[in-house]
Amino acid sequence: MKIVLLSFPLLFLILLGINLLFVSSRPTPMVNQLIISSIGDASYLNPVLAQDSASSDINGLVFNGLIKYNRDLQGFVGDLAESWEIRPGPEPEITFFLRRGVLWHDGKPFSAEDVKFTYDKIMDEKTQTVRRSDYEWVKKVEVVDPYTFRVTYKQPFSPGLGTWGIGILPKHRLEKEDINTTSFNRNPIGTGPFRFVEWVSDEKIVLEANPRYFEGRPHLDRIIYRIIPETSLSEMELLTRGVDYYGVLPHQYRRMNEIPFLKIYSQPSLSYTYIGYNLKNPLFQDKRVRQALTHAIHREEIVQYVLYGFGQVISGPFPSHLWYYNPNVKPLPYDPIKAKKLLTEAGWKDTDGDGVLDREGKPFRFKLITNSGNDIRRDVGVLVQRQLRELGINITFETYEWSVFLKNFINAKHFDACILGWSLSPDPDDYMIWHSSQIEKGFNFISYVNPEADRLWEEGRKEYDLERRRKIYWRIHELIAEDQPYTFLFSPIGISALQKKFVLVERDPSGREIYRPIQMEKAGLMYDLIKWYVPRGIVMEK
Amino acid sequence: MTRFLFKRLLQLFMTLIGISILSWIIITQAPGSPIALTMDPKVSPKIIEQMEKNYDLDKPIYQQYFLWLKKLLTGKLYSFKDGRPVLEKIGERIWNTLLLNLVATLIIFSLAIPLGVFSARRPYSFLDNLGTFGAYLGLSIPGFWLAYLVILATVKLFGYPVLGLRSFVIEGLSPPEIVLDRIWHLMLPASIMAIHGIAGLSRYTRSSMLEVIRQDYIRTAKSKGLPEEIVYYKHALRNALLPIITLFGFLIPGLIGGSIIMESVFAWPGIGRLAYQAVLARDYPVVMTILTISAVLTLIGNFIADLLYGVADPRIRYQ
Repeated sequence: MKIVLLSFPLLFLILLGINLLFVSSRPTPMVNQLIISSIGDASYLNPVLAQDSASSDINGLVFNGLIKYNRDLQGFVGDLAESWEIRPGPEPEITFFLRRGVLWHDGKPFSAEDVKFTYDKIMDEKTQTVRRSDYEWVKKVEVVDPYTFRVTYKQPFSPGLGTWGIGILPKHRLEKEDINTTSFNRNPIGTGPFRFVEWVSDEKIVLEANPRYFEGRPHLDRIIYRIIPETSLSEMELLTRGVDYYGVLPHQYRRMNEIPFLKIYSQPSLSYTYIGYNLKNPLFQDKRVRQALTHAIHREEIVQYVLYGFGQVISGPFPSHLWYYNPNVKPLPYDPIKAKKLLTEAGWKDTDGDGVLDREGKPFRFKLITNSGNDIRRDVGVLVQRQLRELGINITFETYEWSVFLKNFINAKHFDACILGWSLSPDPDDYMIWHSSQIEKGFNFISYVNPEADRLWEEGRKEYDLERRRKIYWRIHELIAEDQPYTFLFSPIGISALQKKFVLVERDPSGREIYRPIQMEKAGLMYDLIKWYVPRGIVMEK
Repeated sequence: MTRFLFKRLLQLFMTLIGISILSWIIITQAPGSPIALTMDPKVSPKIIEQMEKNYDLDKPIYQQYFLWLKKLLTGKLYSFKDGRPVLEKIGERIWNTLLLNLVATLIIFSLAIPLGVFSARRPYSFLDNLGTFGAYLGLSIPGFWLAYLVILATVKLFGYPVLGLRSFVIEGLSPPEIVLDRIWHLMLPASIMAIHGIAGLSRYTRSSMLEVIRQDYIRTAKSKGLPEEIVYYKHALRNALLPIITLFGFLIPGLIGGSIIMESVFAWPGIGRLAYQAVLARDYPVVMTILTISAVLTLIGNFIADLLYGVADPRIRYQ
C-alpha cells in the first residue's frame, strides 16, 4: 500500500520530466502562414450578421464587397465592381459594373443576382442585422444584367456609397436557408482571397489561400486566427512564435520594441475618447464654462500617464489623420489661468473661501461617470478629478457596469458628465451623434443643438464631391470646437507587433518578384495582405 | 429503498424547476439587452427594437421562460450571439473542460492522499510542519497569479508555447511528439488548478488519519503484535479514506463546471469561458442552459453522495 501511494507522485514527476525534456529541445520551424491573435472569438462568418471585430476581420478576407476604401481611406476603389457611375439628381442612381469571371469558393460563378440577394436579406425584417440602417435611403435596387447592378436612392445620400463595401453573400448557397441559424454562418463560402477551412470554437479559425482569387492567389498559404482572451498572455505566445501578429497595449510597447525578431507599427485609430457634458444641465449651458473645463484638463498629461504617450490630443470630432479633420483648428491649450478667467466671467467665484467655486450660493460640483471594465477611462476620470479640483471644481467620479450605465444614465439622460468614446467609420457622416434630431432617440444624448451645424450635417450627407464635403466637415469641426459640447481628449494610437519574417511581394518593371518591407497604410497594416509572404531561407533564432 | 429513491428524485425535480425559474428571473431582469450592447452611431434604434422583437424579448417574462423551456426540449434553442444550437455549443466545449478537470482531479487525488498519509505518520515532525506550511501557501496563493508566474517562467526557460489546447506551429512533429505537445498543454493548467485542491485534500486526509489512529481497534491491532507499518497503511488507511469516497459525489458538478479564470488565462476553450462570455453578451439561452445543466449535475452529485454514504458506512441505512 505504501508503494502504491508513493508510485502516484513518482509517475507524475516522470511525466513532467519527459515533457520538459521535449519542450526544451524543440526549435520553431518556418511556415508560410500568418497567425493572428484575437481576444474574442468570432460570432458569424457572415458579413450581414457580424457585429464584432473578430468576425469582421475574417469576413474581410473571405468575402468581397462591390467596392472598398482606398489605402488612404479617402474615396474608393473597385472590388467586385470593376467601376461604377453616379448619376446625381434628386433621386441619385449608382450603377455598378461588376467584374466578370469571379468564382465563389465552391466554383459557382458570381453575378449581380448575388448582390441583389444580399441586399434583400439585409432588408428582411427577420434578419438579425444592424446593417439595415445603412440602406434606409435606398429606394430600389435592380439587376440590369448579370454584370450590372443599379441602386436608386430616395434622396442624395453620399455615405450610402461606402455601404456597398459590405461582403456579398452567395445566393445559390443561402436561398433556401434561414440566414440567422444556417450552418453557412460557420462554414462560409465567399469570393475573397482566402477560403474558410476550419473553426474550432474559442480556439482557432483557419483560412487558406484561394487559388482562383480574381487578383491572383495570395502568397501566404494559410491564415490562422487564434483566440487568446488575455492580452498580456498573447505576448507570451508572440515570444514563443505561436502568434505572428498582435495588437500591443501601450504599456507593453517598450518591452516588445526590444525583441529583435518583432517589428512594431503604430497609427492613430478611428476612435476618440471624450468627456461629454449634459447640456440639459444648467451647469454646462454656458459655453464659457465648457471651454474653461477643457482649458483646465491637461490632456497631454493624460495621454502621457494613461496611454504612455500613445495618443493624440484632438480638437474636434474626427480622427486626426483623415481628410475631413480640420488641421487649422488647434486643441485648446492647457491653461488654468484662462480657465479661471472664463469661469469668473461666467459668474463662478470662490466667495466663501472654502476652495470650491460657487455662484449664487451654490458650489460648482458635478458627477462624472463612465463604464466599469475600461481601465483607460477609469484612469482618465481620476486624473480629471484631480486636475479640476485644483481649479476649485468638486467632482465625484463613479463607474457603472456597461448595460446599467447605458440604460439608467446615458439613455435616460440622467447624468452630468460622462467619459465615453466613439469608434467611427471612415466616412465623416456622424449625423446620428450630433444632429439635434437625434437627441430624442439617437446618439446625441448630451442634447447638443447648433442650427448651423445641423444644416451642415444635412448638407454633408447629400454631397458626393469630396472637396465640397471636406469644406463642410471642416466648418463643422470649427463650430463644434468653438462650442466644446465635449472635451475632446485624445485619439488613441494603435500599436501592433509583427514577426519580422513577413515581406511584401511585388514585381519590378521587368516582371521579376522583389521583396519589400511591410508598411503601415491609413487603411491598416493588412491592406496588402494578399501580397504578404514568408520567404524561404530566413533562419529564425530560437 | 425504492420509496426513498422515488421521493428523493421527485424532490430533485421540484428543486430543479425552482432553480430554473429563479435563474430566469435574475438573468433577464439584470439590466442590458442582448442587442443594444454596442453604441454604434450608424445603427438606428428602430432596428434594435425590431431585432429584440425577433428574439421575443418584447413578450412578458413568464412567456419567455416557457418559450425557452419549449425550445430547449424540442432542440430548437439557438444562441443570440452566433445563431447556433445551444446544445451544440455546449457539447463541443464540454470535452475540453472535462479533460482538464479530470486531469486536475487525478493530480489532486494522486498527490494529496499520499501527502496527507505521510504527514500524519509523524505528526508535528519537521516534514509534517513543512506540509502544513505548503498547504497554507497553496490555499492562499491566488491561482491566476501563480498561473501568470508559471507561464512567464516556462516561456523564459523553454521558449515553448503554453497557451491553448496545443501548439499552433506543429509542422515537423512526429505523432508521439504531437501527443507530448498535447500533454504539455494539459499539464500546466491542470497542475495549477490542482494546487488548491491538493492543499485542501492533503489536510483533510491528514486529520482523518490522525482521527483513526486514536481509535480502539487500532490499539487492538497494535497490541496483538501486528507490525506498525501494516497497522498504519492497511487498517488505519482504509478507514481513514472512507469519508473521502463521499467526496466523489460532489466532484461531478465540479468536473463539468469550468473555471472561468483558468480557462481564460490558458486560452482553454471550455465551458467556463462560454458561460462568462454569454453572461457579458446577455445571451440568455446559453446562460440559462448552462445554469440548468450545472444545477442538474449538482443535484445528481448530491444524490450520489447520499447513496455513497450508505455504501461506505454500514451504520447508515435508508428507509
